[in-house]
Amino acid sequence: MIDNVIVFTNQISRYIIPFLLVGIPFYGLIIKKVKVYESFVDGAKEGFEISLKIIPYLVAILVAIGMFRASGAMEQLIYFLTPILNIIGFPPENLPLAIMRPLSGSGSLGLFTDLVNQYGVDSIYTKIGATMFGSTETTFYVLAVYFGSVGIRKSRYALAAGLIADIVGILSAVYICKILFL
Amino acid sequence: MLNYIWFGLIFISVVVGTITGRIDQVTEAAINMSKTSVEIAFGLIGIMALWLGIMKIAEDSGLIQLIAKALKPIMIKLFPKVPSDHPAIGSIVLNMAANILGLGNAATPIGLKAMKELQELNKQKDTATDAMCTFLAINTSSVQIILPASVVALMGATANQIFITTIFATGMSTIAAIIAVKLLSKMKSFKIDNEI
Repeated sequence: MIDNVIVFTNQISRYIIPFLLVGIPFYGLIIKKVKVYESFVDGAKEGFEISLKIIPYLVAILVAIGMFRASGAMEQLIYFLTPILNIIGFPPENLPLAIMRPLSGSGSLGLFTDLVNQYGVDSIYTKIGATMFGSTETTFYVLAVYFGSVGIRKSRYALAAGLIADIVGILSAVYICKILFL
Repeated sequence: MLNYIWFGLIFISVVVGTITGRIDQVTEAAINMSKTSVEIAFGLIGIMALWLGIMKIAEDSGLIQLIAKALKPIMIKLFPKVPSDHPAIGSIVLNMAANILGLGNAATPIGLKAMKELQELNKQKDTATDAMCTFLAINTSSVQIILPASVVALMGATANQIFITTIFATGMSTIAAIIAVKLLSKMKSFKIDNEI
């Protein structure tokens, strides 16, 4: 039963990006009469700007994490944490991203980039990392910006609830990827 | 916080590198990684442009409004203390819809508007209401269904496989956020008087 579900989800997953590539312009042009070509070019410009804008953040994080790995400190950290993380089945390779994710969007993008670089796109660590990245938010940043904008100083249980959601999201990412991709 | 983590990484690297005798590799890594960062960023440009172009079509053709309409009945249930015809409900559903589509740039201004409207219902202006905490907990649990452009760009075709896992994980975290908010709001230490 579970095997059939896995085969089925793997089959439909091949069509998700093609479906979005044809479905969204179809909805825009045929149903809503939007000038899809002009809209596309507008959005694409943004993609260009964002790619250039992230360079300073990538340099900051990738240099720091690259040094950390080259010094042997990463090996030591993973070595010490492995027995603890093994208990809950959490891969130590994904720990830096899990810690960084609620703190900083650019920082976690840097760490995710590092996973792709280190292990390749087909590795389980990259897939877990991508799922974590997509399924959680930069909780501290969002709370600071949203509460700050209306002058709220006492945030009560908002941070606790946000962090509980992050932990559940991160663990769910690990387990679902292990079930589907291992 | 990020400042200390970043400095800590570099500091520990140099100290550990000195002890393990790998200081040359540490230097080399710093120089190589700075080069690699720029190569990666340039490699992202094409797919980022493709993805954000497609998502701009989604935005311009009103897909946000379509999803917002579907979300409204759920939102009215989640925010029992906000009148169902209050503009805050409208802003909250639009913000969620934009987040679902991964349109962060569109989501933030609408979300800030929702906070302003929720603040109008707030009697203690420096303290968050239950509605605000619920809104932000769901917001930070990331109700995303369409992947972030950067993930698609970095993973290429493999990103296809990540959609399903992301929907699952994001669904679990959103459910956890709603349960957490409902339980935490009943705790004595978080209670406040005369709030909306």
